[in-house]
Amino acid sequence: MGFAHFWFSGFDQIRSGFWAYVAVGLENGSLYAMIAVGYTLVYGVLGLINFAHGEVFMCGGFAAVLITHAILGSGVEDGWASVGLVLIGIVFAGCISALVATGVERVAYRPLRRRHAPKLAYLISAIGASYFLQTLAGKEFGYGQNVFPAEVFPAGQTLFSIGNTPIHTIQVVCLVVGVSMFLSADRIVRSTRLGRSIRAVSQDAETSALMGVNIDRTITLTFIIGGTLAGAAGFLYSIQNGIIQSSGTELGIYAFTAAVLGGIGNLRGAALGGLLIGLFGSFSVPFAFEGNISWTEIYTFLILVLVLIIRPTGILGEKSGRTA
Amino acid sequence: MNLLTRPSLKRLFATLLLAAVVAVMTGAPGGFGVPADTGVHGSFLEHVSYFGLFRTQRWAIFLTLGILAWLIVSFYQPRALSIRKRVAPVTAFPSRLMERRSHRLILIAVVVVLTLFIPHLEHQQFWMYLIVEQIGVWILLAQGLNVVVGFAGLLDLGFAAFYAIGAYSTAWLTGVLPTPAPFHHPIPTLWCIPIGVGLAMIFGIILGIPTLRLRGDYLAIVTLGFALIIDDFVGTQSGLTGGGEGSLTVPKFDLNLGFWHYRWGISPTPYFYLCMLFVVIFIIVFTSLEYSRIGRSWVAIREDEVAAESIGINPLKYKVMAFAVGAASGGFGGVLTAGLIGNINPTLFQYQVSVNVLILVIFGGMGSIWGVAIGAIIVQTATSYLDNYQPWGYQLNDLYMYIGALLIIMMIFRPAGILPSRRRLREIRGFEVEHEGHLDEVLSGDQP
Repeated sequence: MGFAHFWFSGFDQIRSGFWAYVAVGLENGSLYAMIAVGYTLVYGVLGLINFAHGEVFMCGGFAAVLITHAILGSGVEDGWASVGLVLIGIVFAGCISALVATGVERVAYRPLRRRHAPKLAYLISAIGASYFLQTLAGKEFGYGQNVFPAEVFPAGQTLFSIGNTPIHTIQVVCLVVGVSMFLSADRIVRSTRLGRSIRAVSQDAETSALMGVNIDRTITLTFIIGGTLAGAAGFLYSIQNGIIQSSGTELGIYAFTAAVLGGIGNLRGAALGGLLIGLFGSFSVPFAFEGNISWTEIYTFLILVLVLIIRPTGILGEKSGRTA
Repeated sequence: MNLLTRPSLKRLFATLLLAAVVAVMTGAPGGFGVPADTGVHGSFLEHVSYFGLFRTQRWAIFLTLGILAWLIVSFYQPRALSIRKRVAPVTAFPSRLMERRSHRLILIAVVVVLTLFIPHLEHQQFWMYLIVEQIGVWILLAQGLNVVVGFAGLLDLGFAAFYAIGAYSTAWLTGVLPTPAPFHHPIPTLWCIPIGVGLAMIFGIILGIPTLRLRGDYLAIVTLGFALIIDDFVGTQSGLTGGGEGSLTVPKFDLNLGFWHYRWGISPTPYFYLCMLFVVIFIIVFTSLEYSRIGRSWVAIREDEVAAESIGINPLKYKVMAFAVGAASGGFGGVLTAGLIGNINPTLFQYQVSVNVLILVIFGGMGSIWGVAIGAIIVQTATSYLDNYQPWGYQLNDLYMYIGALLIIMMIFRPAGILPSRRRLREIRGFEVEHEGHLDEVLSGDQP
């Protein structure tokens, strides 16, 4: 009885609360998409996975804690003031994350790039940067402590309902911010001068340098774009779930899975993959054994491994033509 | 001396940033609910006073130090270069020492003899446990990872998973897990070594065959995912693995040859000789492996996979082989840890353990067996000392911060490690003869 019953009850739960699962999935999915953009852009220009990107996201979350407490103390805000606060928070967290991302590029990548170091060296120094940032955050904000920002709008506030499914404010905010930031990033990459240089560097760095593209500047700006999006995601994530020094690794791997699923190096693929992974994670919650939430993590890793083995170029395919 | 030029101001900014980072790193821990003494009452900083840097006025000291350092560097820059030239022969000394075969053999003999006497010289509990549990086992782990990362050039972040598999299979075979043991009579811990190693190896091959087709960075993240899965699984399946508590009663080692029966007890000295035996065996095996056909194939794949394939080396086969050897050593370390410590729990096998082993390999020198051994001794001694005595305001959880910083610094300044492998040294010698370059310059860079 046990196993089959377990699966059937999972499907029953999904049928009864379908729209709630979709809402949660889209909320998480837009966060994953925003982080995945950073992975995919950096992969484009440098041809390597930025292992420290999850920690860039985490710094955005802690920046959110700092700014909201500095403005609000421990109060709660409501109405139009909270819209302003969300905007301020997103800008601040985005700036801090962009700074951290630039710092990581300067310290961990640029000296190696100057020397044409092998790939292994980049990976190792990125892992070092990731550990450094993670532990430093743990030291400053308490190891293993889930820190919450001040409530910029009442937690668990319901904005409207679809049928009998309540839709929370945070879900709407995540989706709106995610979609608008993604669209602007997409526009930057597709139709500005900077975007053209990013695309040129990801196709062929040396040739683009010969054509007059400043590679260092392009790479820094790429890290800034990715960092800003990750910081905004960090802000939104922290007001819902709080932030802890290990969130970076956790969300980073989800977002990386999203980027790979959509096709790494491909910006739209990152958005698509993010939403898909968000929905998948949300729908796999009822199938967690003994209600243990780590099972969704395990399912996501299985997706990652399967995608890498079966179709390493992802759904939309890799832009720059490199395969895993 | 013009201090207001652009490069000079850039240097000032970098120095100040470095001072601030060091101040935060070495400062008091922050956190909500900890009473703060900010020294900046009634300001914005009071609200964010859980930010450790602003808890005391230390930041002022570090600011001063930063400016001083900048001034010194600015005024003494020509002299700094000459200092660097004088330091170069010292940093190159360990590699020069190991150059000649006779020197090497004498050195090894001296080290082995001295090591044999350590238990008679040292009676302090802390140092003996350090040597046995921290150094003895971890040299073995680092040697295993060195095969994967150093010889074959594959970044394996799932090493902790194999370590866990070895330890938990020991607990399973000796019948101290909630899962019933496979045999009616629990088998002695020493006999778990072949089985635990075999199981870890099988897992390594199962994981390796599909994933080793992937390129380096993907491989790293997949192995990291595997380590996280094993970590989650071991921690949550209380019915199978004892959950967070693990098992407290793994039996100690026990050797029964019929005519001679020996039981390892509480004293660390017998474990010391056991560990040393294994370390010697490992070093002999891996040294002969390094120059065998397999070892040379690994190096060929590491340097250029396409070229290796074109001269008839099957990359997947040799990569899986390297992975299996690494996994087997991980499993071996796991069995040994279970038998040594006698209790196992998931915190011993968190995925950070993989990075801990990685830093030993990087610090010592990737692909250099002796380098890795010496790196393991230095790093493990330093970290255990810090964790035990906590000098200079060091806090227990700071370790990974320093490890992360060390990884970056090693990659920037000396990616070949403190004792680069001989193969690497020979490449450099050849280069020196050709270009009359400086050894230190090359050691600090990867590309001639």
